[in-house]
Amino acid sequence: MSFPLLTVTAAVPAAGAVATAAVPAARRAAAKWLALAFSLATLVLAAVQLARFDPDSGKPFQLTESHAWIKSFGVRYDLGVDGIAVVLIALTALLVPFVILAGWHDADPLEEAEPNRRWRPTQGFFALILLVEAMVVISFEATDVFLFYIFFEAMLIPVYFLVGGFGDRAGARSEEETAARRSYAAVKFLLYNLAGGLIMMAAVIGLYAVTAHQLGTGTFSLTEIVQARADGRLQFATVTERALFLGFFFAFAVKAPLWPLHTWLPGAMGEATAPVAVLITAVVDKVGTFAMLRFCLQLFPEASKWATPVIVVLSVIGILYGALLAVAQKDIKRLIAYASISHFGFIVLGIFAMTTQGQGGATLYMVNHGISTAALMLVAGFLISRRGSRLIADYGGVQKVAPVLAGTFMVGGLATLSLPGLAPFVSEFLVLVGTFSRYPAAGIVATLGIVLAALYVLVLYQRTMTGPVKDEVRGMPDLRVRELVVVGPLIALLLFLGVYPKPLTKIIDPAVGHTMSQVHRTDPKPDVPANDVEAAK
Amino acid sequence: MSHAAFVHSLWTMSADAPRKIPAPQIEYAQLSPTLIVLGAACLGILAEAFLPRRLRYPVQVLLTAVGLAAGFAAVVALAAGGYGTGKAHVAAMGAIAVDGPALFLQGTILLVALIAVFTFAERRLDPVAHGRAVDSFAAQGAAVPGGEAEQEAVKAGFTTTEVFPILLFAVGGMLIFPAANDLLTLFIALEVFSLPLYVLCALARRQRLLSQEAAVKYFLLGAFSSAFLLFGIALLYGYAGTVTYAGIADVVNGTVRTVDPALASTTGNDALLLIGGALVLVGLLFKVGAVPFHMWTPDVYQGAPTPVTGFMAAATKVAAFGALLRLLYVVLPGLRWDWRPVMWGVAIVTMVVGAVVAVTQTDVKRLLAYSSIAHAGFILAGVIAVSPDGVSSVLFYLAAYSFVTLGAFAVVTLVRDAGGEATQLAKWAGLGRRSPMVAAVFAVFLLAFAGIPLTSGFTGKFAVFKAAAQGGAVPLVVVGVLSSAVAAFFYIRVIVLMFFNEPQAEGPSVAVPSVFTSAAIAVGVAVTVVLGLAPQYFLDLAGKAGVFVR
Repeated sequence: MSFPLLTVTAAVPAAGAVATAAVPAARRAAAKWLALAFSLATLVLAAVQLARFDPDSGKPFQLTESHAWIKSFGVRYDLGVDGIAVVLIALTALLVPFVILAGWHDADPLEEAEPNRRWRPTQGFFALILLVEAMVVISFEATDVFLFYIFFEAMLIPVYFLVGGFGDRAGARSEEETAARRSYAAVKFLLYNLAGGLIMMAAVIGLYAVTAHQLGTGTFSLTEIVQARADGRLQFATVTERALFLGFFFAFAVKAPLWPLHTWLPGAMGEATAPVAVLITAVVDKVGTFAMLRFCLQLFPEASKWATPVIVVLSVIGILYGALLAVAQKDIKRLIAYASISHFGFIVLGIFAMTTQGQGGATLYMVNHGISTAALMLVAGFLISRRGSRLIADYGGVQKVAPVLAGTFMVGGLATLSLPGLAPFVSEFLVLVGTFSRYPAAGIVATLGIVLAALYVLVLYQRTMTGPVKDEVRGMPDLRVRELVVVGPLIALLLFLGVYPKPLTKIIDPAVGHTMSQVHRTDPKPDVPANDVEAAK
Repeated sequence: MSHAAFVHSLWTMSADAPRKIPAPQIEYAQLSPTLIVLGAACLGILAEAFLPRRLRYPVQVLLTAVGLAAGFAAVVALAAGGYGTGKAHVAAMGAIAVDGPALFLQGTILLVALIAVFTFAERRLDPVAHGRAVDSFAAQGAAVPGGEAEQEAVKAGFTTTEVFPILLFAVGGMLIFPAANDLLTLFIALEVFSLPLYVLCALARRQRLLSQEAAVKYFLLGAFSSAFLLFGIALLYGYAGTVTYAGIADVVNGTVRTVDPALASTTGNDALLLIGGALVLVGLLFKVGAVPFHMWTPDVYQGAPTPVTGFMAAATKVAAFGALLRLLYVVLPGLRWDWRPVMWGVAIVTMVVGAVVAVTQTDVKRLLAYSSIAHAGFILAGVIAVSPDGVSSVLFYLAAYSFVTLGAFAVVTLVRDAGGEATQLAKWAGLGRRSPMVAAVFAVFLLAFAGIPLTSGFTGKFAVFKAAAQGGAVPLVVVGVLSSAVAAFFYIRVIVLMFFNEPQAEGPSVAVPSVFTSAAIAVGVAVTVVLGLAPQYFLDLAGKAGVFVR
């Protein structure tokens, strides 16, 4: 038996969560270093995955592991990664150490002499982050629908505690007020996602019922179901397939989040600490968009095609709606949240454009959006922690006081508005090209989102960083070494992938091609006048 | 000679022809779980009568625990002997079934009772009264609350050690209930376990009036439902001329051989069957706590001493669902098309009402009561499947649910202030900050109730909904999923309260329990996690136990 690399990649952060939680109350610093060490070990494992992954092998899933788990439900512990999953696992493993570093002091207890020795918020904070990482990694790896569902749903609980338990302390009049706002945001997050998850559960059960009825034994194995469909052994009735698709898609659309199911995101991101906000948008939400590619399209290709027009419209609305609301925000973190909603619109649009460029671009977008949001949000978090306010109006002239902070904020912002030369440009361009070749109208309208992005990012920068130095901002320290260590690599990565995205596209493209073939879609032929073709010959 | 004719003769001709009664043939070995428990109960009564006061508590606890453990060992021995599968048959002249579902449920009830004994025996939570450690039960049940007799009893340091034999009698009845194979045995088993429960409910040490009120309500409504059951039994007898399950099923299916001349005018009268069947169902649905027969649940759960509530919520539900399953699957399968729509309605209303009304509760015991109603609805969804899968999913759900319930109520006994247990939810604010471990454990139970993956609650819910979907009840699954979402809201609300709200200045504290309650809670958590992570063995067990003997 070969080394179970995928299991270990998920098990290491899980073990780290347990170890971190077990650190005694007084040894807070040890807990932080321990958590960082475990997240770095996970990063190494993710790198090994990337190294051992062969993009051109032609196999849909690699590094597979398969064990019986719950026979009565036909559930198997099946793991495997395709090009999309392996890249997203790498993104997750890459971002979590930065999240931990950025949140180094976020969970320190307010008063030093806490009398209760059993209350260990710091240990809990870092343990929960690692737990989320473990669950996200295993949901990227799962090729069994049930296994995926379990972790997709269970990951809500640690995220919920992260949002509700460790809020942003800035900008509130009293501790009670922040606690109330925070628990409101946490509950809203949980209820939205739980409702989505429960509806998905009905669809998961429905999927089992159909496979049990037609194949004799019920199964949740993605490969088996896809195979059975290809052989004609498994045929969904049109209505059944659509109902099941909607059940799955609803859960993923809440998670992603797609307009109009997005309303939990600004609250959760606004109230959570900046690192947790990054964890939510850059890592956890990617499971939603990833699952659309892996499960919605591959399990229910016909229904996916049926639903495409509506989903394209919804995502275009999301792009514009998110961008417009971002322009109007007064709160820095909520602005970034709405910008993310706009970007998730692009990702979903790319997935359902059903073209190679669209889906490849969407996958690349998931990675780039993760990195760029992390950069912007974490710098914003550093800024907010200095001034103690999230309101844009409370800032001004920061670039004169803290030039490095302002500079990194600028780069993060430019990445968010997809400036050519930075990574998100490549993916956004691919998505738009991919969309345009099939849905020109949607492509044109979506392009407006870019214009609005320039508006909200530049106005944000102008109001906070330029202009006369406000009194409260005077004396603001520039980025510290720890903060530079967080932001520096992210910016370097944005530049590198902006100029040279090939290492990623090389891995992603074959997997996207495979997904496209599952949906029986090919790229539309380029619309070139016949005589031009002749002339070219 | 069929059993049907035998029972009939017992009733009509015994006076003038006693010779005709054959010596009953009783398979004592196969009834051993029940007999052991009832025997231990009798010994407990004797111990109560003859032992000196200071010895009673240790002897009773030991006797009860050993009795229940021996009963469980007997169940395991029977199951290992093949009585759950191949050798399943009807014992004691057709009165008791020894088959898979019966043994599985009996095993569950015995384990649940064993854990419940631990919470009954807890004596470190209540403050010491006049130099003696006391438990959650009244000093002297017969003393008028607030009267002189009560004060004297408290001063003398009396404790009600009778609760242990009473518990054993209740368990004895519960063991027979799901195994009962004729309607009269069913009724007697019902009374045997109900009467001790009424008494136990009235025995709270604190808030005795509330406790007695709960007991009276429970008794009155319980008596009412017993009357329904009995009336239903009478009508079914009129319809079939027999009270055995197999005999009635034969008449329903039209394969009956001989019709008793005395009942010729009523035998096969469908009106009697429908009304009688409905009345019997009412009696059982009352015990299950299904809407619209749920009214007693919140009051009784709130008023009863919390260890009793935990025991009752877990074990009664197991026994009653067992009986309901047997009735529907053995007696009335031929009537499926008549009872399924009704049960659909009951299941939907139960899920929705339980989940929605729970949202407004402000007392943790009442909250858990309404949650138990919602769970009854989920279990009914599995009952309606009418397939072996349905049976085994219900069996699994019952086992999973009862340990979560026991654990949750055990945690409730720990959170106390000057007035005893602090059950108002508002007082639980910030508990997670004061006692992170206790709050975390309670959160695990709440997440299991909510059906979050990686807990037993999810596995159980998935199993019953899967069975229901395969049985064609897709709308029921959808309603179930939606009410799960509503239910999740109030479970989460308690977690919010415990972890995210600031502790109150004069909030309750968490008492440090003895090894008894700690063990009960630890078992609850262990079962919750194991059934969530690695349920295969237990699903197999429930799967093998899914066939009823006729």
